[in-house]
Amino acid sequence: MLYREAGQFKVSYQEDQQIFPIRQDRVGFIAILGFFFLVLPFLASEYWLQAILIPVLIFSLAAIGLNILTGYAGQLSLGSAAFMAVGAFGAYNFMLRVDGMPFLVALAIGGLCAALVGVAFGLPSLRIKGFYLAVATLAAQFFIVWALVKFPWFSNNSSSGVISAQQIEILGFAFDTPVSKYLLTLGIVAVLALAAKNLVRSTTGRSWMAVRDMDVAAEVIGIRPMFAKLSAFAVSSFYCGVAGALYAYAYLGTVEPEGFNLDLSFKILFMIIIGGVGSIMGSFLGAAFIVLLPIFLNVAMHSLFAGSMPAGLGSNLELIIFGGLIIFFLIVEPHGLARLWQIGKEKLRLWPFPH
Amino acid sequence: MKLKHTALIGAAVAGLLATGYAAAQEQFIGLPSYRVGPFGSNGASLYGGWIDYMAMINARDGGINGVKLTWEECETEYNNARGVECYERLKTKGATGNTVFQPLSTGITYSVLEKVAQDKIPMVTIGYGRTDAADGRVFPWVFPMISTYWTQASAIINYLGTKEGGIDKLKGKKIGLLYHDSAYGKESHAILDKLAAKHGFTVEKIAVANPGNEQQAQWLQIRQMKPDYVILWGWGVMNPTALRTAAKTGYSRDKIVGVWWSGSEEDTIPAGDAAKGYTAAGFNVAGTNYPVVQEIQKHVYAKNAGNMADKDRVGSVLYNRGVVHGIITVEAIRKAQEKYGKGKPVTGEQARWGFENLDIDNARLTQLGAAGFMPDLKITCADHEGAGKVKFQQWDGTKWKVVTDWIQGDQSVVRPMIEESAAAYAKEKGITPRDCSKES
Repeated sequence: MLYREAGQFKVSYQEDQQIFPIRQDRVGFIAILGFFFLVLPFLASEYWLQAILIPVLIFSLAAIGLNILTGYAGQLSLGSAAFMAVGAFGAYNFMLRVDGMPFLVALAIGGLCAALVGVAFGLPSLRIKGFYLAVATLAAQFFIVWALVKFPWFSNNSSSGVISAQQIEILGFAFDTPVSKYLLTLGIVAVLALAAKNLVRSTTGRSWMAVRDMDVAAEVIGIRPMFAKLSAFAVSSFYCGVAGALYAYAYLGTVEPEGFNLDLSFKILFMIIIGGVGSIMGSFLGAAFIVLLPIFLNVAMHSLFAGSMPAGLGSNLELIIFGGLIIFFLIVEPHGLARLWQIGKEKLRLWPFPH
Repeated sequence: MKLKHTALIGAAVAGLLATGYAAAQEQFIGLPSYRVGPFGSNGASLYGGWIDYMAMINARDGGINGVKLTWEECETEYNNARGVECYERLKTKGATGNTVFQPLSTGITYSVLEKVAQDKIPMVTIGYGRTDAADGRVFPWVFPMISTYWTQASAIINYLGTKEGGIDKLKGKKIGLLYHDSAYGKESHAILDKLAAKHGFTVEKIAVANPGNEQQAQWLQIRQMKPDYVILWGWGVMNPTALRTAAKTGYSRDKIVGVWWSGSEEDTIPAGDAAKGYTAAGFNVAGTNYPVVQEIQKHVYAKNAGNMADKDRVGSVLYNRGVVHGIITVEAIRKAQEKYGKGKPVTGEQARWGFENLDIDNARLTQLGAAGFMPDLKITCADHEGAGKVKFQQWDGTKWKVVTDWIQGDQSVVRPMIEESAAAYAKEKGITPRDCSKES
């Protein structure tokens, strides 16, 4: 009843092509943005901002990056964490070595470094596909982490290879409280997510999807696979790189190359599989699911059963339940949480009078 | 939306937890433990020992001057992001907030290094973490206690010196360094280069990629080089593999010396007979024949309240290391209570004072039943390391046997390196080091 598009006529091409063609979606979207920008900073405690919301946002961004590559362009990648590392170390080195480097510029340059590296490791995608490509990106994962440990220049000769991010300052305002860091992260993620949403609806995005669905056919209708694939690698790595820089600057403060290991790459891959392959919103849902569920299980285990079972059992149960839920979701809805939302929307359109 | 839904449930659970800890006269200690993941068995032993010691203090003494110790575990999976979440979750629990944060992971240490100063919670990293934090003037909130990696490397060289019959006999010797190719393994390079220059030996560095379960090439290289000794700077599965491969390539295990993260039962038992004769450093020793461990068995395990599921692991190197964590934590709180009021829980800031003025001499160690179990320890404002010595234990095929007394690291080499590195950090971060003569 509430969610019905009857009577909403589109009288121009512009109206027909907007991101959210339904008025309720627009209102809902603005309400959600308003809630996260204006209401949540006042409601949420430091713990929620620092330990929950910021990482969920950062991982959403990384998941969007991987979703562009895997979900839209169809190129499987296991190197997302390594591209995050390039972004983090890139931003760090530009902040360190260029006097007066503005943070946002360093962030963008960090992302561009990651894009360059991503294109380099994307070159094999022109010849190999599927699982073989995944192995090639696996090489990126190991090579980049190895290089960051091997050459001390990247970490400013720190004896242990760990970098400690500089203070974030934009136009003289220091972002040093959880609230300010959260708002900064949210701002960057919101802008980039909107850009991604638009990008996948544009010519570039359509060429990615064409290549994903059948690259020979795409080539026949005039799409250059090389440009489509490499641009997907570049954009995807850029997103991962920015996420990595935010991970270092807005979340952890200090990072080591080993922090960006294969586990993290798998985690990001799980996020898009659970959230929905080929969906921007799914990236957010998947990131929230993968980040929040273990924490929620941990809190629940320690509050509900504290003392009544051996300490190790709780930690192991968490993993068992976590794995079980992932399998459950994949069986119930192989297209991810985003698909569930879509089904919900369809139902809502007919509610309360389904056929 | 899913996110908000989960958020609401989470908030409700968090609220429930917060109300449970309102009672006064309790000292809350947050435990960022790990019992799953690649290092889960190490974490279970370490945190088990620590928890058992605190349970023993509660059962035997009724807490510290009547203040009961309470604790809550938070699973980090040895993962930095999870560690930060645990840090944030635990920091406001209890009547006075979290007393001390000890993550048992160098990565997590780095991730919260700056947060602990803001939140005024001391961080104690015993035998891991950031080495140059031993300079308390630059790092007032961080305590890399007992011994740092650099001191340990120096102590190992001193031990090899005594084996040769004098440190000057090391001249012209060749020492192999088989290290885990990671930030942790590379901590050894700078200090060993410096010591090599000082004493005139050469160091051959051989990297082993993580996780290190294949070392044939490295040990063939060692066989060609014929080093006089090999220092094993390993972690996890790399250690037993190194011992097994050494046996296969015919390198004598008597000449292999491990660091403390290579010297537990978890490293030697999987290697079987190949581990016999292998020596490793440790800032605590193994065994149940110390009064402190027997007290734990009497007051905790006899009542079936122990934390370890496998009771045979009580008294292992890592379990006893957990007991050392417990002793230091409890003694620091006791010290802080002496200044800020006995029988009252202390805040993180007060606990920091307790750690900084910690003085566990040999007489106190005997009272605690831990003489010879861990070194005596005196922390000052400038020196957050304290002891700077290790013992060496040899594996006899079934258990660790202590073969040396406490061996001191060469502070005339290590301390200037620490100060230089800390000064560089202070400069990068714009920190003015404290003036220790003004601290009370």
